[in-house]
Amino acid sequence: MAHTDKKSAAREQTPIARAKRAPRRPPTRRVLVLVATRKGAWLFHGDTTRRTWRIDGPHFLGHIVNHVVLDLRDGRTLLMATKTGHLGPTVFRSTDFGRTWKEATRPPAFAKAPHGEQGRTVDHTFWLTPCHANEPNAWYAGTSPQGLFRSEDDGVTWEPFSIINDDPQYRKWMGSVQDGTPDGPKLHSIIVDPRDPAHLYFAMSGGGVHESVDRGRTFAPIVKGMKVVGGFDPDNIAFHDPHCVRLCPSNPDRLYQQNHCGIYRLDRPSSEWVHIGRHVPKRTGDIGFPMVVHPRDADTAWVFPMDGMTVWPRTSPEGKPAAMVTRNGGKSWQRLDSGLPKSQAWWTVKRQAMTADAQDPVGLYFGTTSGELWMSRDEGKRWTCLARHLPEIYAVEAAEV
Amino acid sequence: MKVLIPSSLLSYTKEQEVEATGATLTELLADLDRRYPGLRFRVIDEQDNMRGHMRFFVNGEQVFELTHALRPTDAVYLVQALSGG
Repeated sequence: MAHTDKKSAAREQTPIARAKRAPRRPPTRRVLVLVATRKGAWLFHGDTTRRTWRIDGPHFLGHIVNHVVLDLRDGRTLLMATKTGHLGPTVFRSTDFGRTWKEATRPPAFAKAPHGEQGRTVDHTFWLTPCHANEPNAWYAGTSPQGLFRSEDDGVTWEPFSIINDDPQYRKWMGSVQDGTPDGPKLHSIIVDPRDPAHLYFAMSGGGVHESVDRGRTFAPIVKGMKVVGGFDPDNIAFHDPHCVRLCPSNPDRLYQQNHCGIYRLDRPSSEWVHIGRHVPKRTGDIGFPMVVHPRDADTAWVFPMDGMTVWPRTSPEGKPAAMVTRNGGKSWQRLDSGLPKSQAWWTVKRQAMTADAQDPVGLYFGTTSGELWMSRDEGKRWTCLARHLPEIYAVEAAEV
Repeated sequence: MKVLIPSSLLSYTKEQEVEATGATLTELLADLDRRYPGLRFRVIDEQDNMRGHMRFFVNGEQVFELTHALRPTDAVYLVQALSGG
């Protein structure tokens, strides 16, 4: 249906002055940061130097927005996965950077169960990934509870994709609502190999990491080397809880993973994950949610550790937030906390809420559970707060436009 | 018949009270979705169950079955549950 967010005219357009340090090589493209929150979405339009930002929002105030993604294939299609506390899940599209939005005519939904059988219902669409550059207009979506969906028409209509949604073995690995994250088990980290549209990965919390080499016709788990919570059997795929998986654009044979049980790296064709988080200082630990890779250097990756001890407070360890970076594929890690609060900061960063742009030096962006948006123009050496007092931030994406 | 729409669905109907027809709640919702595309899936899931936080009243009485029969003189209320406090 035609569905226009009429509040857009009243939206705040606020310039924010920022610190004055010139990048090494002035880029020509602007960065657009897409912020999805528990109560709406905001767009932060940067200038070419990433020094000043114009806030556009809220879009869909009060709606639970899990992901907003710009299609880099056409540079203008935005998809937003949303629901409200009362209303069912849907997807909205914009082709004018959020001036107007149109709702999908068929949002992701499981197949209707045969009479007498219990069918599943999508609680929310959690993850959106544009398909391969050779498949324009096609997108993947991951849902809670775990389901994989595909759209062939820019997100207007969605169909269940692959056998996994109804496959008895996959359903067993997905587990029940009790086996997932607090607000529902999720299918996430849908990755398309930039060299081959038939080569796909996805991950499930819980339910492991999976790979397809036949464009989703079949998938198989790829969990060797990954730990599970003590006392459980790592051979049981259901016990594996990858939090976020990323493929390195500069070397698509390398993947990094932030898992419930640590940080891992996988170098194909090997199918065994290497536990690189063991090199993070014990006091910080290698538990967390987001995983960020460098656009041009496959040895560089960032994480944002959180407190995963005892009852899992899911806060920054000791109330002292910091990102960690590796510059050598995980052999060693350095703490990046310049500009961040030094103490009594009990927020953390969710799995979709940290990302990088493609500029030089790379810009990093993360949103916190307490509604702060932070950025670094120098790959994490120095952090600056872009916004405070937003709702809890669920996802942050950066795109060059 | 008259159908009262909750505030969360005004982005679809633009009006709080609309006219729609149907011999059952199922048919009424199908008619509403024809008039206001997308509305039905926001309140009824893909297994044809009422969503957990939506309530349906006919002439002041809560109904739980989509097969509930309707007459043209009935007043139907779609209501958000007070589950938010």
